[in-house]
Parts: sequence; C-alpha cells; structure tokens
Amino acid sequence: MLDQATPRTNPDADRPLLVAEGLSKWYGGRLGCRDASFALYEGEVIAVVGESGSGKSTLLQLLSTQLEPSCGRVLYRMRDGATRDLASLGEAERRFLFRTDWGYVHQDPALGLRMTVSAGANVGERLMSVGWRHYGRIRQAAGEWLGRVEIDEDRIDDAPSTYSGGMRQRLQIARNLVTSPRLIFMDEPTGGLDVSVQARLLDLLRGLVAELSLAAVIVTHDLAVARLLSHRIIVMKDGEIVETGLADQVLDDPREAYTQLLVSSILPP
Amino acid sequence: MTAPSYNFAYLDEQTKRMIRRAILKAIAIPGYQVPFASREMPMPYGWGTGGVQVTAAILEPHDVLKVIDQGSDDTTNAVSIRKFFAKTAGIATTTRTSEATVIQTRHRIPETPLDERQILVYQVPIPEPLRFLEPRETETRQMHALAEYGVMHVKLYEDIARHGHIATTYAYPVKVDGRYVTDPSPTPKFDNPKMNRSPALQLFGAGREKRIYAIPPYTTVVSLDFEDHPFERYRHDGACALCGSAESFLDEVVIDDRGGRMLVCSDTDYCERRRDAAGEGESAVTMDAQAQNA
Amino acid sequence: MSTVLELAGVSKTFVMHMQGGVRLPVVAGVEFAVRQGECVVLAGRSGAGKSSILKMIFGTYRCDAGSILVRQRDGAIDIAAAEPRQILALRRHTLGYVSQFLRAVPRVAAIDVVAEPLVITGVPRPQARQQAADLLRRLNIPDRLWPLPPATFSGGEQQRVNIARGFLSDLPLLLLDEPTASLDAGNGAVVVDLISEKKRRGVAVVAIVHDDDIRSSIADRVIDVARFATAA
Repeated sequence: MLDQATPRTNPDADRPLLVAEGLSKWYGGRLGCRDASFALYEGEVIAVVGESGSGKSTLLQLLSTQLEPSCGRVLYRMRDGATRDLASLGEAERRFLFRTDWGYVHQDPALGLRMTVSAGANVGERLMSVGWRHYGRIRQAAGEWLGRVEIDEDRIDDAPSTYSGGMRQRLQIARNLVTSPRLIFMDEPTGGLDVSVQARLLDLLRGLVAELSLAAVIVTHDLAVARLLSHRIIVMKDGEIVETGLADQVLDDPREAYTQLLVSSILPP
Repeated sequence: MTAPSYNFAYLDEQTKRMIRRAILKAIAIPGYQVPFASREMPMPYGWGTGGVQVTAAILEPHDVLKVIDQGSDDTTNAVSIRKFFAKTAGIATTTRTSEATVIQTRHRIPETPLDERQILVYQVPIPEPLRFLEPRETETRQMHALAEYGVMHVKLYEDIARHGHIATTYAYPVKVDGRYVTDPSPTPKFDNPKMNRSPALQLFGAGREKRIYAIPPYTTVVSLDFEDHPFERYRHDGACALCGSAESFLDEVVIDDRGGRMLVCSDTDYCERRRDAAGEGESAVTMDAQAQNA
Repeated sequence: MSTVLELAGVSKTFVMHMQGGVRLPVVAGVEFAVRQGECVVLAGRSGAGKSSILKMIFGTYRCDAGSILVRQRDGAIDIAAAEPRQILALRRHTLGYVSQFLRAVPRVAAIDVVAEPLVITGVPRPQARQQAADLLRRLNIPDRLWPLPPATFSGGEQQRVNIARGFLSDLPLLLLDEPTASLDAGNGAVVVDLISEKKRRGVAVVAIVHDDDIRSSIADRVIDVARFATAA
C-alpha cells in the first residue's frame, strides 16, 4: 500500500503557489479568454470546466506559459520561496521548471511521450536530464513508478507504441511525476478512454494527488471528473469565468444560469 | 595551353580568412558548432570537403601534410586529397605521422601520439550529435544553448536496456570541456580516449552541413556513460599479424576463399614503424605463413 | 462549555434559472447556537429546509445573508464569508458531515473510504485502517466486505460505512443528516451510542432525525425550523 498522506507542513503553504491575475488572450479579434484571476495553493486541485470554445484550454496554456497573454500575468512561487512573474523567466529557467517542478499531462498521451523509446527510458528521461547517471538506479526508479501507476513492471522495456490507451496515459503520468513536481497541469486526462479505464485512471490520480500533495489544474468538460478530483471548480463560458467555488458548492448549489444548465445536463448514472 | 594556376591551397584569401574566423571562434568555444559559408570544392559532398576547406585555410608553405582514410595513407580518397594539396599548395607531404604538421583524417585518429606542433583535421559527415533524436535544427540549437542533454543518456539507456551494454561503437558522443556534447566524427570509440587532453589542436570540418568545431590542446574530452556502465575501450581478440601490436585498432582482412581472416593494424604508418623498429627480416613474414598460424 | 457554532440571520433562496428565474425561498433569519458536548436536533416537515441548514453550515450551500460562526482554539471563522481554502481546512480539522447518502468513489475499498478522513490529517494509513476496522465492526459490517468498494453494498450497509467515515476522526463539530434512516433497531442503537460517546468527548452535534425514540435519546434541544420559514 502507498505511504501516508502527510500534508506538507511548511510555512510557505499559506502563500499561494500559482496566481493568475487578469489573464486575457485575444487571437487577433477573436477572444480566447478574458480577465481570468484566481489563486491556487499547494495540494489544491482546481478543475476548469466548460464546453468547447469556453476558453478553458486557452487558460491552461496561459497558466503553463505555453501561450503568452495579451494582458495579465501569472505568478509562481518557486522552490526557493521567491514568487516570480513567469513572463520574466529566461528560456532556460522556464524549461527547467517544466522538467522538474511542473508536469503537463496531455489529452493524447502520444504528445507527452516518446513513443519509440522504452517505457523505462520515458520515465527515466527527466531524471537523466537533471543529472542522474547510474543506470541501475534510474531503472529502479522507473520500475517503481510504473508500479505506482499500475503498469506491470515487466513492460519496462517495451515502447509505449505497444501499450493500450489507458496504459499510455498512466505512463505519461508516471513520466511527469518522477521528479516530484509540485504542480500538474492536465488537459482532459480521461478524454477518449473507455469508461472502466477512466474510472481506474481517476482513482489513481485521486490517490497520487492526495499522497503527493500535488497542486493541479485540470481542464475537463466532464463534471463527474471534476467532482471526483477537484477541491474547487471554475466554470468558463465564451472565454470568461462565470462561476467559481468549492467543487460541491458549484455542483450542488449552482448560482449562475449557465452553471445550472451544465449541472442539470449531466446524464444520471 | 597553359595549366591553370591556383591560389595557395586553392581557396582565395578572403575565403581563408572567413574560415579562420570560424576556426578561432570554434577554438574559443570548445565543442560548439560554428556555422561557416562552405564553398564549392572540386570534389563532391561526402568526400571530405569540410576537412579540405579547414586544411586549406590553415596550411602554410612550410607545413608537412599527411592524409589518411580509415587509418591508411594509400586509399583512393587519401591519395587524391594529398595530391590536391601537393598541386595547389606545393607543400611537402608524408606518410609518417611523426613528420607531419597537419594531418587530415577520415574515420581514425593515428595511433602514434601527437604533439604540440601538430594539428589534426577531421572530416565530419553529420556534426550534430542530437540529430538522431531531434530532427529540428531550431530545437537542437536550443538544447545545446541550454545544455539540455538528457536525450543523449536516453539513447545510452536504451542501448543498455536492449543489448545489455552501450551498443554505440563509433561516433560515440563526448562532452568537451564539461560543456558541449560533440560528435567526434565516425571514428571508432576505441579512439575516443586519444581526444582527451591531446597536445595537438583538433579541428572538425563538415562541408555539406557547413559547420566547423574545435577542441583546443589539453582540453578534457569525456565519453558519455553511466556510473555503472562506464565507457570501455573496445578490445580486439588478437594482435596485429604484421607487427604484433595488441594496443592498436585492428582491421579484419579476409585473405582467402575459405573464410580465412587476418587482423592487421588499421593505421598503416604505425604498423610500418613498429616493423622497422623490430628490425629488418624478423617481421618479414609472408601472408601465407601468417594464415597458417592464425 | 463554550459555544462551538453560532448562526445569526442566515437566509437562503434558490433562483432557478432553468425555470425562468423562479425564486424558491428556503429559510430566513436562522438563528441558533450549539455548545460543546451538546446535540441540537433540527425538526420540521419535509422540505422545510433542515438539510439546507446543515449544508450551509458545512459550506456546500452558499447563504444569501447572515453569519455562521465556527469557533476554534484560535478564534472564529464565518463560513458564510470564508475563503474556499479556509472551508477546506475546516472540513479537514473541525467540521464533519454525514450525509444521507454515501457518495461512493469507484474502486476504493470500504475500509479506505472510512479511513480517509484520518489519513488526510496525517495519521499513518495502517493505524487509520485499524481504527476504521474497529468502528466497522461495531457497526456490524462483516470484515469480508471491508476490501470491497461500497458501491455494491445495500443501502443500510452504505449508510453505516458513511457513518463510520464521519465518526472516525476527532472533529469538534459533527453534522448528521438522517444518520439512522436506513438502519434497523440494532444498528440504530449503535449509532445512538456513538453519538453519546461523541457528546461525552465534548463534540457539538447538529442532527436531523425523524425517529422520535432516537431523537429523545440524543437531543439536548430540538429546534423546529418552521420558525425560519420565509413568506413565500
């Protein structure tokens, strides 16, 4: 069984980890997202829900510095405690952050993996890029992580091109978590997976997030995923944040018309 | 009809200055690939145009040139490049490593240790060691700039996972001066240790890819490996049939229709020196006799 | 004994945008306090707002007016005005809620469902599971069911898992919504015992109970929420 879930007792935990301030993005004359602001703390999971075109994916890209905002900024508290405006990071710092302190789980796992290289190398790559030089230990760490995402360890030398969709997604998660990041971005992590595979993946994510005190921003159109995984929900429509609150607040006591529409549209199990 | 007259070493002076500037920059940043405006040469790409341009830019009238290809002075390629410079520069040429001041080589480093007077010019086909995993030039430049070399170890990891050991036997990647990962050109990994802290200046020219890089004398050059799978020199299963050396890189030569084989030094000059040193007559064994004893 | 919970002027109205914006008032001017070791039972007919009051205390429902003060060692927090983080922290360390229905997470074993509130506060999992086992045993859930996800359990079994989960940790304020609704007399008695134990330990309890016998066993005060009805 996995280790206990100890909340990180550190004095910085009272300061937000990630802060979005008035984030906006226009693609020419078309609005991607407008005036998005919120604060994310360590160990907190926020789900950004909305339908296609709501701006949720744009928001995720802005937060993870893959897109430059038209205005507004993103602040991040680095491991050394200093809060930095992400736009001020040099390219080297940004890429280092992405490799060590952050994770990004793509909807299509092929985008987040090296498909022709073995699973062990996929998981070990981040370790190697931060200086691990002992083959045996790299392999062992990779094997442990495969176990934690419930992939059979004897598949460690197989390339993910031989894996099923659910396995690939779990491998992508392992690859991202191996450097103990503090913040994970997920873009529709269960999209395209069979229902039973989804349930397994969600359960795994739930456990890992709690155990590792991960902070996460999860973009999803599926409110059930949001209820299961998140502490807070942000509802977006047409590029704007329409409602925000605790997950059970938004789902059980929706105030805005659009949120009520979304919640009432969930098919009963 | 009068024969055409060439500028010294074929290239015009302005081109030589351009190449020398690239060389100086390369020496200032060991292992870093410096782009240069590669010229049309009277041999096609893939036949050493990069190495020839570097040699042409650095030759002076007193230089003595040696040219080897796979360790041998008398292959077609080596012979034609040597004659090219004899004709266009009028400099002395030699097959003796110890007598040369400039040595242009394809795919081998001479066995005879080099000294501070000498410059080794390598012919390089693909200068970019990351190309196999990352086809985009824009991306590989970023990776070098940010020293993001994780993928190199991914490749070595894959080798060990698949074959139990690092399977790369030539063009084995090295880290120069603790900073840039460099392709040593398709020399066998056997030669990698010779690059480390060599008294000679090592210059690398890739004509088709238009890059020059350099390793200044006495620079540390370390072959990439893992702590528990350290870099190992390749060991042959025998000694040279002609000179008895067990320390040099050996070529396997098929000698008859029955599959008989013989191991001989790849570096022909080195082999000859050893035979000379061992005395006349003693090493003058016939090939047939060797085949019987093998 | 000090006051743990204090509601003042709390009101809630649902606005149903899907039905043309019709307004459904639930409660207004809710006011009461609960002390340590005290059990207050909310009574009233169905739909009068009892569950809504509990949910407002827990923070699931947002109230339109008023204050809901929860007192802790280092001061009081008004749930009606609190930041989401503060409410999350309160739910971890101060406020417990046993809802009417167990929301079953797929694939998680019953024993882990029960142990989770303790694990979240930092108790090592083996120890938390041990305590969960003791409680499940008391509630007559056989141990062969412990490794199974409760989604397949009967209603009564699910309710008892829910109760175990809510009663496992040491929270100073417990909110119970019909804790004995699907239980037989025997198990109902066990729950009454559990509630009495909590009261003796100084826990403040707010409960909704329909059964008169159980109500009289646990309630120190009964509040009829009809007083907080709004004029429609």
